Amino acid sequence: MSSTTTNNERIMTTAQAINEALQVMGARDENVLLFAEGVDDPSAVYGTTKGMVPTYGSDRVIEMPVAENGLCGVAIGAAMRGKRPVISFHRVEFALLAMEQIINNAAKMHYSSNGQHKSPIVIRLIIGRGWGQGPQHSQSLESMFACIPGLRVIMPVFPHDTKGMLIAAIEDDNPVLIIEHRWCHYIKGHVDEGYFTENITSPKLISEGDQATIVATSLSTIEAMKATKALANVGIKTDLFDLRALNPLNLDAVVESFTKTGRLLTVDTGHKTHGIGGEIVAQVMERAGSVMKCQPSRIALPDHPVPSSRGYIPGLYPDAKKVVHEVCQMVNAGPEVIKKAMDALSSNIGKLPVDVPDPTFTGPF
Amino acid sequence: MNILEHYSRDEIIAMVRKVLLIRILEEEIVKNYGKPGEDQHMRCPVHLSIGQEAAAVAACTHLTNDDRIFTTHRCHAHYLAKGGDVRRMVFELHGKLGGCLDGRGGSMHLMDDSVGVVASVPIVSSSIPLAVGSALADKLDCNKNVTCAFFGDASMEEGVFHESANFAAVKQLPVVFVCENNLFSVYTHLSDRQPNRDLGKLGEAHGLNVIHLDGNNVFEAAAGFKDIVHSARTNNAPALVVMDTYRWREHCGVNFDDHLEYRDITEVERWMERDPLKIASSMVIEANILTQDEIDAMATEILTDVSKHFVDAIDAPLPGPEMAQLYMYA
Repeated sequence: MSSTTTNNERIMTTAQAINEALQVMGARDENVLLFAEGVDDPSAVYGTTKGMVPTYGSDRVIEMPVAENGLCGVAIGAAMRGKRPVISFHRVEFALLAMEQIINNAAKMHYSSNGQHKSPIVIRLIIGRGWGQGPQHSQSLESMFACIPGLRVIMPVFPHDTKGMLIAAIEDDNPVLIIEHRWCHYIKGHVDEGYFTENITSPKLISEGDQATIVATSLSTIEAMKATKALANVGIKTDLFDLRALNPLNLDAVVESFTKTGRLLTVDTGHKTHGIGGEIVAQVMERAGSVMKCQPSRIALPDHPVPSSRGYIPGLYPDAKKVVHEVCQMVNAGPEVIKKAMDALSSNIGKLPVDVPDPTFTGPF
Repeated sequence: MNILEHYSRDEIIAMVRKVLLIRILEEEIVKNYGKPGEDQHMRCPVHLSIGQEAAAVAACTHLTNDDRIFTTHRCHAHYLAKGGDVRRMVFELHGKLGGCLDGRGGSMHLMDDSVGVVASVPIVSSSIPLAVGSALADKLDCNKNVTCAFFGDASMEEGVFHESANFAAVKQLPVVFVCENNLFSVYTHLSDRQPNRDLGKLGEAHGLNVIHLDGNNVFEAAAGFKDIVHSARTNNAPALVVMDTYRWREHCGVNFDDHLEYRDITEVERWMERDPLKIASSMVIEANILTQDEIDAMATEILTDVSKHFVDAIDAPLPGPEMAQLYMYA
């Protein structure tokens, strides 16, 4: 592991943290299996499965034929018989071939067997972005999975969280979809050594304030963090939640925050219509709508595919500027405050290429 | 050598008894199912196994209690052949507490994990990869168990069958793919869905052991399974067994549907002459193992037991709506 250690800090990327989680669980439980296409090839699923075959052998770390639905079913069948398989897809889109097994069998086996069977499978899906990925390599379809009862759907962001959440997912007796954003793989931070778990059932509060409640998912959490820092510079303090768990959806802490702020903004990585933001807004309004100080707002991808050329991209994705702008509107900030907040965002914003991760904001967090 | 010489007297009687049990239970469903407008107690779709009893019994003959099976919407015969609890099946069809799933699944989802009926899934081919996963778990655990995946001819049109067969072959897993070719997918004949070919060749292309058996002759088919199951158990050699058989009644429901003229009536008659129950009975009578009277007595005994469950099921309690949200998460 090429992590750096200083002052007891173990700084590594989210991708490395995923690898650590797999290594830890491979050693801890011999029932843990790993399936991926190219599981031990030079790329090793962006480094996340690196070294697993040499350590745990090809009986448990299984090179997956290019047969997503079949192998997803095989993993579920093994899970029903006591194994704890982790199956990785290089892009969310490949898992679309496995929807039949995910929805009919993984999500329903415990229910339809009257509680007799469990399907403790972990399905890793990766959202692509940038470098011209194009319409079928950049979809953020979490709300499609999150609407299926019986599945856990989680979207970790930070390295330490990701490691602990993946370990918790492997130990969980339910099918867990862990949707990783490819750009989150590059984020750095301290990661505890060895075995530990993180919460996979509720959001994490990232920053605190009483002006607005922001709920973000996946990479949009990073954009919202940039924004909340800039907003704090002009005295606008907000609660920011990293949603982390999309299904089951536990919004208790968000509702509590909203009763304090009366303002709700969602920032997700998927399309706006039928997106996770819509569900969050609906539930918060149902539970606490009477304290609303302004209309809720959603920042999301527009309702069209993401094209390949960088020419199309500026302004397309949810970003920190949109968050700053939206929060300023919500709190009725004057033009000077808005300008100051925008200026407080990294001076590089607007000058960076639109199709690679922002190198000025990858941590360590 | 007479095919019956493969088995002990007790084994032969047990096989006849299973075929009889499946036939009698299915006929009781027919008798008690009722029509719309009547007081119906089995309020779920049923896909009967009448005509296909021998194939199920033959496939399960060499399986132990720890071996597993996975099956489809047409799962009644497999559930019973593997030893599934009769009363819990009847209650399940009635949607009652005490059913094998407390009425959560109905006819298409029968399971009895205690005897290795792991799952019945009513989406074509959906349970096939689960069976391969079960076999993978067994191989990793070195427990010498075998898993059978039951399906029909149409399953071999599904990609996931081929994905599963490919993986079973490349990993050499102890799984037996059991295709009951009854020639029809709902109303559509095999020849309208697939080119004229030997289904077994598809298994050979994947590197499976392949055998073709008469699915209506329980003793011949079971003899064919012996080596196949043994190779899977001892050598982790995956296999495909193709059994020719025929569904007597409609795809879904308890009636005959030949007035719809989707299949040649002479074909139906030909297959009904090859009645799996009659074939089994006449073979054991001819071999002086059982008399017709003894078979009739066995049938009466089974019917008495089975019909009691149908009566009891009517008065058994239904699950309540407050139970509908149970078992969402483990």
